[in-house]
Amino acid sequence: MDRPIRVLVAKPGLDRHDRGAKVLARAYRDAGFEVIYTGLDRSPEEIAEMAIQEDVDVVALSILSGAHDVLVPKVIRLCREAGADDVLFLAGGIIPDEDRPRLTEAGVAGVFGPGSDLDEIIRFTRENVRRKVPR
Amino acid sequence: MAKAEVQRPGTGPGEPDSERREEFRTLSGLPVARVYRPQDVADLDYERDLGDPGQFPFTRGPYATMYRGRLWTMRQFAGFGTAEESNARYKYLLEHGQTGLSVAFDFPTLLGYDSDHPRSEGEVGKDGVAIDTLADMETLFDGIPLDQVTTSMTINSPAAILFAMYLAVAEKQGVAWDRISGTIQNDILKEYTAQKTYIFPPRPSMRLITDVFGFCSRHVPRWNTISISGYHIREAGATAVQELAFTLADGFEYVKAGIEAGLDVDSFVPRLSFFWDIHMDFFEEIAKLRAARRIWARELRERFGARDPRSWAMRFHCQTAGCSLTAQQPENNVVRVTLQALAAVLGGTQSLHTNSMDEALALPTEKAVRIALRTQQIIAEESGVPNTIDPLAGSYFVEALTDTMEAQAYEYFRRIEQQGGVIPAIENGFFAREIAEASYRHQLALKRGDVTVVGVNKYVQEDEAPQPILRIDPGIEKKQVERLRRVKAERDNARVERCLKELAAAARGTENLMPYILEAVRAYASEGEIVGALKDVFGVYREEPIY
Amino acid sequence: MSLADSVLAGDRRAVARAITLVENGTPEGLALLRAIYARTGRAHVIGVTGPPGVGKSTLVDAVATAVRRDGQTVGVIAVDPTSPFSGGAFLGDRVRMQRGVVDPGVFIRSLATRGRLGGLSAAARDVIHVLDASGRDVILVETVGAGQAEVEVMELAHTTVVVLAPGLGDEIQAIKAGILEIGDVFVVNKADREGADRAVAELRFMIDMGRWREGAPGPWLRPDEVKAGHEPGAVSTGVRAGGTGAAAGGGGAPGDGTGAGPAGWTPPVIKTVARDGEGVGELVEAFRAHRWHLARTGGLEARRQRDAEAEVREVLLARLVAAIAGDERIQRLHGDLVRRVAARELDPHSAAEALLEAVRTERS
Repeated sequence: MDRPIRVLVAKPGLDRHDRGAKVLARAYRDAGFEVIYTGLDRSPEEIAEMAIQEDVDVVALSILSGAHDVLVPKVIRLCREAGADDVLFLAGGIIPDEDRPRLTEAGVAGVFGPGSDLDEIIRFTRENVRRKVPR
Repeated sequence: MAKAEVQRPGTGPGEPDSERREEFRTLSGLPVARVYRPQDVADLDYERDLGDPGQFPFTRGPYATMYRGRLWTMRQFAGFGTAEESNARYKYLLEHGQTGLSVAFDFPTLLGYDSDHPRSEGEVGKDGVAIDTLADMETLFDGIPLDQVTTSMTINSPAAILFAMYLAVAEKQGVAWDRISGTIQNDILKEYTAQKTYIFPPRPSMRLITDVFGFCSRHVPRWNTISISGYHIREAGATAVQELAFTLADGFEYVKAGIEAGLDVDSFVPRLSFFWDIHMDFFEEIAKLRAARRIWARELRERFGARDPRSWAMRFHCQTAGCSLTAQQPENNVVRVTLQALAAVLGGTQSLHTNSMDEALALPTEKAVRIALRTQQIIAEESGVPNTIDPLAGSYFVEALTDTMEAQAYEYFRRIEQQGGVIPAIENGFFAREIAEASYRHQLALKRGDVTVVGVNKYVQEDEAPQPILRIDPGIEKKQVERLRRVKAERDNARVERCLKELAAAARGTENLMPYILEAVRAYASEGEIVGALKDVFGVYREEPIY
Repeated sequence: MSLADSVLAGDRRAVARAITLVENGTPEGLALLRAIYARTGRAHVIGVTGPPGVGKSTLVDAVATAVRRDGQTVGVIAVDPTSPFSGGAFLGDRVRMQRGVVDPGVFIRSLATRGRLGGLSAAARDVIHVLDASGRDVILVETVGAGQAEVEVMELAHTTVVVLAPGLGDEIQAIKAGILEIGDVFVVNKADREGADRAVAELRFMIDMGRWREGAPGPWLRPDEVKAGHEPGAVSTGVRAGGTGAAAGGGGAPGDGTGAGPAGWTPPVIKTVARDGEGVGELVEAFRAHRWHLARTGGLEARRQRDAEAEVREVLLARLVAAIAGDERIQRLHGDLVRRVAARELDPHSAAEALLEAVRTERS
């Protein structure tokens, strides 16, 4: 049996708009993923620490406050510094097109804006998980 | 409505009896019949259920003249960056015919963090204006005489503090408190159920609110002390019925809290106002607003024994639904907003914010804000819609839908009561569960195509040109932190410390806290410092996760 | 440095990766367990269970904080159910845990129940081994006290705490779930709510009743006699006896220091308000007292024997099942034998004999 993919759905920053994060968490669960949700109001340090301890395959960051330009790269940097270099990073929320290249450069593999199809996010996640899923 | 459903009319000659869908429903899932007839509203009694505008039960509107007397207040929510920049935006909007101000604060301000707090990193001035001390508030309203505008402030958990800053600015401008008017949102209950910008646990939060009620009834008589908000409940994924029911339930809870705090019901209830979200389903939204006024009037008169008609008449602000905006083909949002604004006006709103077309992407640009404001002006001055009051009254469909909304709201009141009331229902996660469930169902309906969103799941356009968006200068954070540092260096720190100590001591007792908060604000204590003093006494709230 | 060395050195990234390997039963995971096993067996393992909504996670968080204050390190294993429909799971514990500063002295890992070969308890045991070897002084294992699998996980603990809260009818639920019998310590959390004192009184009464019923040689010993120290010899609760079969296998020796009634141990009932940290110090003291009690009465040694036996048996069974599942010929034989047993052409003992023989010849 393949082991389930483990994903951390994270809410960095101070915005409390967790509707998207919760819907995504539920969709991942229904698609057979093991989902860890950080809850609201998490600092980049806390998110990185959870990603390390839970040894997740994916970190999906949802942020709607506009602070993505600062917080998302910081989470990725902290994860990598702690040795989690094979994690798939996704970002969602209100992220203007022109900010995408900078996030991609920072290590985000996929950016999903408002109105993204949940199935598409799940398909993308499955296809791009970087760690091989051992039997 | 169920009655109408079973009585399908016969087909006309040569006309096939087939419809596009198996069943038709409102956006919130209420069934809609092919046609409505007199028997669907057979029980409707004009005097009892509608009444003239300005008459009990106020279904048709809170005032006798409505828009023939005065148009609704066009109030565009705005705020970003530093106080200087927001001040410039306010002046721009006032010059363009806006009639009221509406302040958006950034996340650190909403949550009681100063701009120099580590958690504020990357957030300062991003989603609203950054306010740390009275000095920022003075700048925000520089050159805007507070007796000549009405100001709405979207602030909840730390509402008493920001309101105290506003009162202190009025003092400095030489404007008496009984001459200022406006609204603070101050609605903590919906924070626990939907918006989540809470700081303290529910019970001490309720005390801060009743302290504001009591203070204003004595000193700031024209101020709307709370804006009981369905908006955020809806934006969190609730249906129109849930928005109606949960918001009214919150409203009744505040009335109870005021009475329990020893206030006379008619001394504070006339200053309570409401705030609704206006979504895409045109008639459903109108019915919701009409039902809301009727339920409020009846409950206040019959359950709470209010005698002043101003306590019965519900007044409210509306905002077009942010969650209905699409990032795809954003120009289409202008049309969405127009329909929503029209529904709000037909529903008899007292003030209105129309969203800008680019808000699904970022903060609105000046041009987008102007179009949104012009949308209201066109409805007000070109369409003829405001010329008569509640023109949809008597419509078989609208009246039947109003009844249905009301009945469903009462069903929710019953379920909330079963759990011991609003606060126990918050604590056991009832609201969050109901909303999460509705939100997920809506998402699935979108996915299946049961609900259409043009440009998102139908009529999709590839290769869209990127839209110009408003960018917040990343240098703002540094500037604001520097400003705060300067204020802290220049103020009398011993006085600040004394004020905070006195505030904490009062918080441990039962006194009204407003005078203490005012003293701290006048001494230029920062928002973060004041919140910190209260946190030490009240503790902080954490939610249980519900998906 | 090898992964095992890094785990022994307490490196969090290595510990996290090692847990993934053992959780998934990979060959690397087995090799790792071999390498670290000698360094396990030192941590105090505390099981925390109770119905949903009583505030277990908040309590675990508060206990972790209290233990940290005393300078000890903490590992937390939070078990959440896997959805039988999708195979996915919400591991929701994080939301309430570890707020504010990141403390390297606390390591939290979420574990989904999954449909595990060898059972949930085997996987949980291996995760405990990794945390234990990494030098954690206290390991808290948290489960929703719902099913047999969770009860088995609780049996891995030296000290089991059953958490309830006033006003939820938990006492009844607890009895139904069979978790009343396994508590060494009881907590009434959310004790600032109405009905806390009544809940404590009811619990005390039920604990006494339970001990009277199960502990006594006959149904004639009164609760006050039990309190006075008339402890019966054989203490073996229904759950334990019927559980993994450990007790029936001989490991559940008299006074083995587990369950609701090791000699001389009266489960305390402690009131807490985990949110505010109230009563948590007292709770931590009770954990230590229970461990000290086990050590003093020989209970620790007894259960070390029992655990070893259970563990070997679990692993053996898991390996056997894996050997059958992993070999096509044996699997075919297995299917064939099962059919014949069903048709009453063969008895199950002979079928098992034939399978064992097949595994044996396959190996050689």
